[in-house]
Amino acid sequence: MEVGAGKVYRIAGPVVQATGLKSHMYDLVLVGEEGLMSEVIGIAGDKHVIQVYEDTAGVKPGEPVKETGAPLVAQLGPGILTSIYDGIQRPLPQLVEASGNFISRGLFVDGIDHKKKWEFTPVAKKGDKVEPGQTIGTVQEQLLIKHKIMMPPDKRGTIKEVHSGNFNVEDTICVLEDGTELPMIQYWPVRRARPSRSKEAPTIPLRTGQRVIDGFFSLAKGGTAAIPGGFGTGKTVMQQTLSKWSDVDIVVYVGCGERGNEMADLLHEFPELVDPRTDRPLMERSIVYANTSNMPVAAREASIYTGITTAEYYRDMGYDVMMTADSTSRWAEAMRELSSRLEEMPGEEGYPAYLGARLADFYERSGRVTTLEGTEGSISIVGAVSPPGGDFTEPVTQNTLRITKVFWALDSKLTQRRHFPSINWLDSYSLYDLALEPWFVENVSPDWNKNKRRAMEILQENAELEEIVMLVGSDALPEDQQLTLEVARMIINFWLAQSAFHPVDTFCPYKKQFDLLKAILQFRDHAFEALARGVPTDVILGTPSKDALAKVRLLEDYEPELAKVQAQMESEFKTMA
Amino acid sequence: MTKEYKTINEIKGPLLFVEKTEPVGYNELVEIRTEKGELKRGQVLDTSDQVVVVQVFEGTGGLGKESSVKFTGDVIKMPLSPDIIGRVLSGSGQPRDGGPPIVPDVSKDISGAAINPAAREKPRAFIQTGISTIDGTNTLVRGQKLPIFSGAGLPHNDVALQIARQAKALGEAESFAVVFCAMGITNEEAQHFMADFERTGALERAVVFLNLADDPAVERLLTPQLGLTTAEYLAFDLDMHVLVIYTDMTNYCEAMRQMGAAREEVPGRRGYPGYMYTTLAIQYERAGIITGKNGSITQFPILTMPGDDITHPIPDLSGYITEGQLIVSRELHRKGIYPPIDIRPSLSRLMNSGIGAGHTREDHRAVSDQLYAYYAEGCDLRGLVAIVGKEALSERDRLVLEFADAFEQKFVNQGRDEDRSIFDTLDIGWNLLQALPETMLTRIDDHLIKKYHPRYRKKE
Ligand SMILES: Nc1ncnc2c1ncn2[C@@H]1O[C@H](COP(=O)(O)OP(=O)(O)OP(=O)(O)O)[C@@H](O)[C@H]1O
Ligand SMILES: [Mg+2]
Repeated sequence: MEVGAGKVYRIAGPVVQATGLKSHMYDLVLVGEEGLMSEVIGIAGDKHVIQVYEDTAGVKPGEPVKETGAPLVAQLGPGILTSIYDGIQRPLPQLVEASGNFISRGLFVDGIDHKKKWEFTPVAKKGDKVEPGQTIGTVQEQLLIKHKIMMPPDKRGTIKEVHSGNFNVEDTICVLEDGTELPMIQYWPVRRARPSRSKEAPTIPLRTGQRVIDGFFSLAKGGTAAIPGGFGTGKTVMQQTLSKWSDVDIVVYVGCGERGNEMADLLHEFPELVDPRTDRPLMERSIVYANTSNMPVAAREASIYTGITTAEYYRDMGYDVMMTADSTSRWAEAMRELSSRLEEMPGEEGYPAYLGARLADFYERSGRVTTLEGTEGSISIVGAVSPPGGDFTEPVTQNTLRITKVFWALDSKLTQRRHFPSINWLDSYSLYDLALEPWFVENVSPDWNKNKRRAMEILQENAELEEIVMLVGSDALPEDQQLTLEVARMIINFWLAQSAFHPVDTFCPYKKQFDLLKAILQFRDHAFEALARGVPTDVILGTPSKDALAKVRLLEDYEPELAKVQAQMESEFKTMA
Repeated sequence: MTKEYKTINEIKGPLLFVEKTEPVGYNELVEIRTEKGELKRGQVLDTSDQVVVVQVFEGTGGLGKESSVKFTGDVIKMPLSPDIIGRVLSGSGQPRDGGPPIVPDVSKDISGAAINPAAREKPRAFIQTGISTIDGTNTLVRGQKLPIFSGAGLPHNDVALQIARQAKALGEAESFAVVFCAMGITNEEAQHFMADFERTGALERAVVFLNLADDPAVERLLTPQLGLTTAEYLAFDLDMHVLVIYTDMTNYCEAMRQMGAAREEVPGRRGYPGYMYTTLAIQYERAGIITGKNGSITQFPILTMPGDDITHPIPDLSGYITEGQLIVSRELHRKGIYPPIDIRPSLSRLMNSGIGAGHTREDHRAVSDQLYAYYAEGCDLRGLVAIVGKEALSERDRLVLEFADAFEQKFVNQGRDEDRSIFDTLDIGWNLLQALPETMLTRIDDHLIKKYHPRYRKKE
């Protein structure tokens, strides 16, 4: 397309109308004298409707609008890892260098460094027939992360020459017979999903080290989870915790319309924390998008797409990727705001009618796949939802729950009791449950699923009993029910509760999760057996080993202590009369 | 360049529609003169070749089709110099204290560009407010935004004033500069604030912006922007630690709703504009610390929850943006407890980074958690007692119930001028915990109990 120019006709907030353009939908244009980055989002008669990724104060009718002839793309290549971007993939540290502590306008900075040299090692050779997505060579991007330089998804051919050595991302590293010169960098339109060969069934759990998640409501690699909750219920802490400890290769953290100080916290912590699997700083496997609430809404709207595009790129290399989006509600609100400026017909609560479709398109980009090259990679998505007033019946929560397979319902009543993670164990669910059971039997314990079910039954019974207690007090309950209440309390306080800030307990391996729950269930069996023998409940409940069990989870090397507590429990119950 | 136009075609509420202008910039500052010569100011909300929509801050009263409109070609700026300290200005930044206009060293765009997240420093410096329910259990740090959620008729203003008077960093003599923004508060409330500022000499390190209940509502939309621009100047140009108090955010949001209705926008929840989250965030996010700068901005927005309803959009959206909240409780107020801060729904999200060894004291987290746990349990037990009677309680439960009462009387309750050090606060906490058997202190490590529990300390 010929790249032309038009003129600003009208400005109202982040939405501008322009005349004289030939651009297509979603093409990038540069608005005004300052060349503000913008995107065409509508065409009506002779006018193009444009959303501007930057503040529009001072822009006047009649100012120029330059076309670029291309949509918003992500820059993909070595150097993405460890980056901190705004919603349109501008590296924030470079923006500080360019314009100081406050973000100013009209700056263009490349998503990856175009000058930096990387050592490229070819794996394909002259004469090879190469297909879309096939690896031509590799670059050691981080100490432990090999970056595959792949054929672009829309190109194939026969290699005429391939170079090895140090190159920047624009240098040609490979030439095809038809004369096509390939650099390491690829440009991919963010609103289009990168292709893969096929989707695979989610049968492998994503280990998060969080007992309530791994134990009760587990996420599969390639799966999707929604984490809705009112303010302060723990969405951000949970997403940060998952980003830290999950057993994935790459983490894409999208801070979409949330707090600046939270991002500062994360940027401060990730370079210092170490990935328990690799002993390397977490930052080396992370990509952060920080488009905070006070940054332009149009860039907020784009951040989800730039985020998922980079996630797909690493998936295509055969990596397990996790993307967290905090918060998808802010993304939906950005859509709503832009839609209302476009004077579109509003749907429910003012959200555009296409809200559900956009959410579905986004979550659809997750999955465990066979890549174009035939390797296996995955993207798991965890999306926070911030329902107004904490009310889950609102449109964003409802539309999200129609798509995602895991629901971690945050409960402000638990938050108020400072029970964290405040995931409600009665309302939450995971639809991967059954598919993942064989994996746990094979890899952790044949009893994993059985114990989990027993624990859940106790919690359900507990919920019914609690209603009675509210009316009559616990002393009025029969003795066996009093024991059930106590065992439930142990499951809740010693097992489900897990502080994200405790140096040891923030992450709990599968075996430890299993052992701790097993010990609690052992206590239960002993207790009921003792009760049957005629031991009074207060004697049973006064067992010292019960309280000793509370602190085991806080120990790194917990096994000796747990064995000791279990032995103590045996002997206490044996002598109990 | 700055031509005057007499082409007002329509006036609707606070909006003017001006036709046949030269190109006018979005958000540009506008000066409007009535036929009688009175000057009003406004801002461009929508601009095209055909019509320019202007929002008038001082209200459209007195304006007619013959009024003249001048587009200044520039966005709204706040004139700033060190002399601004000690001044009292109107909600739109004009002198209100009879003093001269500010002679600017610099003029800053009030819309407030976003702080680059990569330039932010993590807030972690403890602020001692002298109030136990804040310092002990909902600790504030420099660079935080911590709103007070209150209700009509509750003493939130007194709490805010006490914080403004007493706030200091441990071991630093220098107190905070205060930027105070009043939006739509009554004359009487304003007097109350001003009298206190004068009594304590706080005015000498304060800048006051007053938009009162009978001032135009649209003007309120400017007030926090002016206040925060001033705060940024004091913090990042003059290296000061600034405390920004604004009251009442509810009036600000009502003004926003009114504007939205005038512009015939599609309303969001309960009639408030869909962009209210973003607009509030742009104000609240102007708190923080910047790497390499000495100053800081800490914000204390005050808002009264309509109908004491925390799910109302104003507190709800605020809660989603700020770093915690302090809840002023009607129930505690009725019991005669001051400050009536209910610690259970209150939260300071940045507390962790500002407490413990090297900040306050090593036992801070544990004491706070333990106090919280038994106070919450005690409050729950009150509900049960109401049904089954006190006799049905176990010995342990009775102790917890008594603890909750004592906690309200001794820890929560304090004088309006009582400035407790953090160490006093923690010790009051220990004294309350002393009433419980040591085995009940499950949240406190044994070595801390040995070191700080009054029973062991007396033996020293
Ligand atoms: N797993 C956890 N362990 C310990 N504390 C937690 C945990 N989760 C949350 N918290 C506490 O709750 C506070 C609020 O959590 P968080 O910031 O994650 O809430 P949020 O749901 O993201 O709220 P918002 O919607 O307002 O952003 C934290 O500052 C922390 O004090
Ligand atoms: Mg959050």
